[in-house]
Amino acid sequence: MSYITVENLEVGYDKSVISEKLNFKIESGEYLCIVGENGSGKSTLMKTLLGLIKPVSGQIKKADGLENGEIGYLPQQTVVQRDFPASVKEIVMSGFQARCGLRPFYNAQEKKLALENMERMGITELADQCYRELSGGQQQRVLLARALCATRKILLLDEPVAGLDPKVTADMYELIASLNKEGITIIMISHDISAATRYADHILHIGERVFFGTTDEYLNSDIGKSFVTLQKGGENQ
Amino acid sequence: MIETLSVYLQHKFVVYALIVGVLIALSSSLLGVTLVLKRFSFIGDGLSHVAFGGMAIASVLSLTNKMILILPITVVCAILLLRTGQNTRIKGDAAIAMISVGALAFGYLIMNIFSASSNLSGDVCSTLFGSTSILTLTSFEVFLCVILSIAVVVIFIVFYNKIFAVTFDENFAKAVGTKADGYNLLIAVVIAIIIVLAMNLVGSLLISALVIFPALSAMRVFKNFKSVTVCAAIISVACAFGGMIISILAGTPVGSTIVAVDVAAFAICSLTGAILGVEK
Repeated sequence: MSYITVENLEVGYDKSVISEKLNFKIESGEYLCIVGENGSGKSTLMKTLLGLIKPVSGQIKKADGLENGEIGYLPQQTVVQRDFPASVKEIVMSGFQARCGLRPFYNAQEKKLALENMERMGITELADQCYRELSGGQQQRVLLARALCATRKILLLDEPVAGLDPKVTADMYELIASLNKEGITIIMISHDISAATRYADHILHIGERVFFGTTDEYLNSDIGKSFVTLQKGGENQ
Repeated sequence: MIETLSVYLQHKFVVYALIVGVLIALSSSLLGVTLVLKRFSFIGDGLSHVAFGGMAIASVLSLTNKMILILPITVVCAILLLRTGQNTRIKGDAAIAMISVGALAFGYLIMNIFSASSNLSGDVCSTLFGSTSILTLTSFEVFLCVILSIAVVVIFIVFYNKIFAVTFDENFAKAVGTKADGYNLLIAVVIAIIIVLAMNLVGSLLISALVIFPALSAMRVFKNFKSVTVCAAIISVACAFGGMIISILAGTPVGSTIVAVDVAAFAICSLTGAILGVEK
């Protein structure tokens, strides 16, 4: 059975629909990129998948075990976080909150796992540093480590490279690709169509027209061709 | 000076006042960090005005235990405020402003129309600035204060990690299955309890200071959530204790003296932070 199956889904806030009816599914181990123009509802779709917003209509079916605590999420940064006094370790540990249930404190095994995840993200030596003093790329790695504490199955990333410089952006994409190779399913929102088509194996394009298929199919479709040219044109200006 | 103090300490009510003051200071400092970071600094102010309104009604009904009426009113308003704070036509800060001035006006109105007391402005002043109410607590009120303060501290420790998670990133918390709304509700109820408690110590106009100053001071010096919280608690307790001793010795009003000491502590912490280079 597919990890997540979406049928006739319409997303939006307070009953006002901002997307076409969407149909797609994600299998275990896939890498799906959600692309589309600004305001086409990419973040809203992701929040709906996460259950933060109720779907206006349609269905999202999740495979068993994905319901609680098995989804990792890398949200866009919020204003609150910019001046939050928290150490890297505290933030990474908070990824375990769902696994704890009503148990008030984190146990030894979770602490060990947190250290492993920080190691994977290459932020071990930052453990006691203050989050707000880190660079943008380091902050994203911290949030990624936290997301890994919440899941080993599926990661949802909302523009993980927004505001990063080209070198750090490339590193970030490689990091995400390596997680995907380890077997973690990735769903990522991206503005960067060239990176999306390079790394993802499936593309969901939303907006006035909707497309879902493999990356090859997308690159050969009308909608894909015109969007890629549009973005390339934008970059050359 | 020591002699004057020891004379005062022989009175039971002074000792009660010190114990209650320290406990209230401890519990009020704990959620300060969360409130400052969630941009809810003014919720304390709003709720304290609601508590003032509640106090006015309780005075008019001449209830002996005013807290029994004030507490539920404030808790209900706290829940309403935090609920309406998200996704409504009246935004959070506007809702707080509305409720707070509304409650203040009605409170004063009710006290004016129905009050049997001959010294109305004195009553109002002591409710707003808490002039002597900490010294006139009945033993039942002392008991209630102690129980509620301990409850607040215990709740905070048990839910420490959850409160951190919900404050730092509510969307992530919800996405991984934490019941963030439930914890927000819990935070609201705890704040309401703290406000009602702190009203005895500093009066309803100065409560925000008790909640906000220790947290802000600690944030100047420390960089992680745990040290900030612990430091805020220590600063708050030290300031409340120091303030009360000063006010006993110098005969100044309790509430405003404590807040003045809190302001001084903030200044010291800002300076220390600047020297240590915490703030960029």
